[in-house]
Amino acid sequence: MEHVLNISPYIGYVFPNETVFPWSVMIAVYPYMTGLVAGAFSVSSFYHVFGMQTYKPLARFALLTALSFMIFVPLPLLLHLGHPERAFNAMITPHWTSAFAAFGYFAAFYVCLLVLECFFVFREDNVARAKNATGLGKLFYGAVTLWSDDVSQKARIYDHKWLFVLAVIGVPAAHGLHGYVGFVFGSLKSREWWGSDLMPVIFLFSAVVSGFALLIVLHVVTSLWRKVPVNIPCVRGLAGSLWGFLMFGVLLEGVEYANVIYKAREGIELILVFVSGPLFVPYFVLQFGIGAFLPIGILAFLIFGKVGGRTLVVGAVVSALLVLMSVFMMRWNVVIGGQMISKTLKGLLSYTPPLLGRESLLAAIFVMLAPFGLLWVLTRLFPPWDDADKQAMPRAADNEKMPLLAE
Amino acid sequence: MKRKKAPPKTERRAFLNMIGKTVVSAGAMLGAGSLLDKKEAASAQSFPTADYDWTKHRWAFGVDATRCIGCLRCAEACKAENGTNPDAHHFRTWVERYVYLEGEERALVDSQADPQNIAAAGAEGVYRFDNRYKDEKVDKAFFVPKICNHCTHPACVQVCPTGATYKTKDGVVLIDEKYCIGCEYCVQACPYGARFFNTETQTSEKCTWCYHRITKGLQPACVEVCPVGARIFGDRNDPASPISEFIRNNRVSVLKPETGNAPNCFYIGIDKEVQ
Repeated sequence: MEHVLNISPYIGYVFPNETVFPWSVMIAVYPYMTGLVAGAFSVSSFYHVFGMQTYKPLARFALLTALSFMIFVPLPLLLHLGHPERAFNAMITPHWTSAFAAFGYFAAFYVCLLVLECFFVFREDNVARAKNATGLGKLFYGAVTLWSDDVSQKARIYDHKWLFVLAVIGVPAAHGLHGYVGFVFGSLKSREWWGSDLMPVIFLFSAVVSGFALLIVLHVVTSLWRKVPVNIPCVRGLAGSLWGFLMFGVLLEGVEYANVIYKAREGIELILVFVSGPLFVPYFVLQFGIGAFLPIGILAFLIFGKVGGRTLVVGAVVSALLVLMSVFMMRWNVVIGGQMISKTLKGLLSYTPPLLGRESLLAAIFVMLAPFGLLWVLTRLFPPWDDADKQAMPRAADNEKMPLLAE
Repeated sequence: MKRKKAPPKTERRAFLNMIGKTVVSAGAMLGAGSLLDKKEAASAQSFPTADYDWTKHRWAFGVDATRCIGCLRCAEACKAENGTNPDAHHFRTWVERYVYLEGEERALVDSQADPQNIAAAGAEGVYRFDNRYKDEKVDKAFFVPKICNHCTHPACVQVCPTGATYKTKDGVVLIDEKYCIGCEYCVQACPYGARFFNTETQTSEKCTWCYHRITKGLQPACVEVCPVGARIFGDRNDPASPISEFIRNNRVSVLKPETGNAPNCFYIGIDKEVQ
């Protein structure tokens, strides 16, 4: 089979072997997805570990969101591998000096943890469903409860204990997984744009930010879809957290950028050409300007201006969408941007993903959409909403005037 | 009637005899053939070779950049020897041209992937430097051969998640292409751009210092063909080897020492601009 090579155009001098880009758009999608997992899990654990009631309505949905994305996290990597059928080699004979050797174990462990946590979170509901269902449904819900229908007070206390323990383990696991992804890039000394001690922390904060943003959007969209009122305190809480974490994340990235520029090591002339040229729009305009500073402004107005109702919801969703775009641009600017700077420090490469193929734009879009499909299926099987079987009605905790957006 | 029948019987016997002999001899030939195949296969499998002791050697490479004339016989020989993709974007070894024009502080650098050089070569598997500076006032110019540095602390080996790429006891960094998963983490980690992705095998590829040759007492292909002796190769365990003498008799440097990779490719005659 004839392999079509994408030869990257370049300016200046680059090593001949560098003209074929090693890591494609798939490797930008991969940390984006692990970030969403870590972020969504954070929202869930805010309730399950820290008992923050504001996030209670979203705790179970956030867990399903994390699971849906986590199941698809290996997909972009497998699409990238030259020999995906050998992927398990990394688990059979892990080469422990590699920052990537533990990924398989990390990912497998984390999927198991999420499945186990979902088991306990949904057990009571599933027992009830198994009792009411007939035929295949009865079999299915029976199987997912492992045919244990004990929902006595003692059993529920036991469930909650397990839930708490799993969530407590899950917090460092989720954040470890993502900080570790940052280390995959930050530990490489061959690339000026990647080799930074701050990289794992930057990845971590952008992950939390992206998870909060995703859940704002998903909460509002699912509320509209289900024709129930949007939970205003929950959106306000998410918006507040998003604002805080976003500011910290931007600060970290700013410090990182300032370090590169101020230290002005070898190759600084090239980096200045890079950031003021090909990286200007994706980095300064999209990632920082429109993607971070604008939402920080909007969110600050929403929170401190005591805005409520429809304005709050619209403002929060717009900010969240911008943040989701910003975090993706951050992944892109790190993964693709880092490879655009030649190892010669004398040249800049450019990269345009192909439209079709295993590592194409279309494949990346599919990989990004697939978790939403799974999430839809999971929410049909295991409705995570408190009001799922009831009429949509305002919660007692919500002392705001409910804007019935779906009316 | 009997007589009449006899000839056919004899003919039949002769025919059967002939068939039998043919089958037996063909079988013998096939058997011998397969034995030969097995013998060849066994020799191919004994990599490096059955009698090679890798604890007794410490290979190293030298580059005398002052001698290089940029003829690129090395790049062509390497591709032919190792069956590397003949295009201008996959090289186990390549040569860079550094040119300082009069009044310029920085060098202009080009190599085989340069579109003008590709045009000057005219065909795949052939490499040339074009004559772009013929009307310029050149202050200083030189060529620098590049190759995998087979580092003592190779970053590529460090990051390989499966251990498919490894350092041999005689100091060569190799790739097991039957075990490599093709993640290209090693391609990223190499500070020298010495690794690339082989689209045929879907695994990483790089210079092996012609391990199949050096373990049989031969020189790497690029060293063998260099008409000016710009490439030096040998065993550092042998004080009289060309590489030991090269290192002893010259003030050698390595590329990007700050990475801590400790390269085993030693240079003389390179400039501050060379990375």
